[in-house]
Amino acid sequence: MSLQEWFVSSLTPPRFIGSANYSKILFGDPRFREAVARTVYFTVLAVAAETILGLAMALLFNREFWGRGVLRTLAILPMVATPTAIGLVFVMMYHPTLGVANYLLSVVGLSPFRWTYSSQTALYALALVDVWQWTPLIMLIALAGLASLPREPYEAAHIDGASTLAAFWHITLPLLRPALVVAVLFRAIDALKTFDIIFIMTQGGPANSSETVNILLFNQAFSYFNLGYASSMAVALFAVVLGASLILIKVRRTASW
Amino acid sequence: MVRRGGVRRCLSTVGFYGLAVMFMLPTVFVFYWMITLSLKPQVEATAYPPSFVRFSVSMAGYREVFTKYPFLLYTWNSLVVAAGCTALGLAVGLPAAYSIARWRQQRLALAILVARIIPGIAYLIPWYIFFRRLRMVDTYGALILTHLIVGLPIIIWVMISFFEDVPPDLEDAALIDGCSYFGVFWRVALPLVKPGIVATAILSFVFSWNNFLFSVILAGRETRTLPIAVYTMISYEEINWGTLAAAATLITLPVLLVALVAQRHIVTGLTFGAVKQ
Repeated sequence: MSLQEWFVSSLTPPRFIGSANYSKILFGDPRFREAVARTVYFTVLAVAAETILGLAMALLFNREFWGRGVLRTLAILPMVATPTAIGLVFVMMYHPTLGVANYLLSVVGLSPFRWTYSSQTALYALALVDVWQWTPLIMLIALAGLASLPREPYEAAHIDGASTLAAFWHITLPLLRPALVVAVLFRAIDALKTFDIIFIMTQGGPANSSETVNILLFNQAFSYFNLGYASSMAVALFAVVLGASLILIKVRRTASW
Repeated sequence: MVRRGGVRRCLSTVGFYGLAVMFMLPTVFVFYWMITLSLKPQVEATAYPPSFVRFSVSMAGYREVFTKYPFLLYTWNSLVVAAGCTALGLAVGLPAAYSIARWRQQRLALAILVARIIPGIAYLIPWYIFFRRLRMVDTYGALILTHLIVGLPIIIWVMISFFEDVPPDLEDAALIDGCSYFGVFWRVALPLVKPGIVATAILSFVFSWNNFLFSVILAGRETRTLPIAVYTMISYEEINWGTLAAAATLITLPVLLVALVAQRHIVTGLTFGAVKQ
């Protein structure tokens, strides 16, 4: 299908056009190129923030304390909540004049943002929703990883006079790496595929500023019914996602040594 | 000395809970805001500055959701699709995961992983053509089958780890005693992996319930699921915030309740494939 010119609505049957769709993607369509860059940027931004925050939270919560169960419950709620509902709530919270987000900013003394309503901040506002939703996953995986760490290296390090920071850097992080890499891998793959939140909150706007590959593809296929071209984009997107996962799998192999 | 240590410990506890509250506050706040918005009358929902604690409770939002839209039908649709998808997923996924785990079919496991990785939107175009030719758009069948592509890899992927933990000796003993392969699977392996089944069933149900992408294309007037219904609500008319928040609360409340009841299982399902390999 990706090798054909295929419009569902038109009366002409699908026509074989060879690799024309692909050359259009690679060389002739700046909109697609921008969408790819945006998708990757969104993913890197969101997953990096989630990893740092999630790891920090896991280190904080890796101890016995009153309220562990409550914490665990709170952590899974954003992950299972329906993205459509979350998107709607954030749209209302992000509203430039009536939203609670700007009100909270003004309470702390910051100037208001236009969040998803401005082409400069839309992508960041969307990444923030992703961070809100998925940081707990990294935290849970990191917590499980921390729980399985052996005690001996820490005792040895303590006797040798290593600081807490040094112990974290040289013991915790390397031991935690396999679990973390898998967590980041799955997160990155899913972030590249983010659709619901973006489609509901901005539909790629304003002025295409949050149009990721998924959104562009969806519109090409189901708004313009340009199925052939959309299919070639789907293949390209699959290649990007597969590439990302192969890289991370490789990193993981070297990490587990 | 003793007292100073006590003070320090007390301070560190206070600091810890302070940090904990700071980290978890955003999570709580979004849900709190969703629910309070849904209970506010329209004037207060869009009031600025917004009121956080004191507001008058009104059920107008919920009333409107149920009277102006066939919300019960949408709920039923969501329920049928999610339950169907989970049941079918378990029926296919459990034997598959068992055989992959028992006979170490690594290539098949990899294929499952690839199915997990492929962007859902890449499936959507062929499916759209496929189900249109079969005249299956706007049927439960199409929705259940497509939602399977999300649920099934998760079921298989998590269950492989669980089945691998079943000691082979136990199964060999049953085989020697004259049990068939299916009998071993049904009577020995399955009861041992019950926690895994519960975990994956819940996850698969939740993911199907939440699915937006497949349903927005393949569901029609009759089979529209909740997320799609709410989405069409916002795209067709200017709607007030109370109603919108009420709808948002209604579609996500069931999964949140399931999460509260079965939180341990969900954590297992979400983190198992990652940590234990």
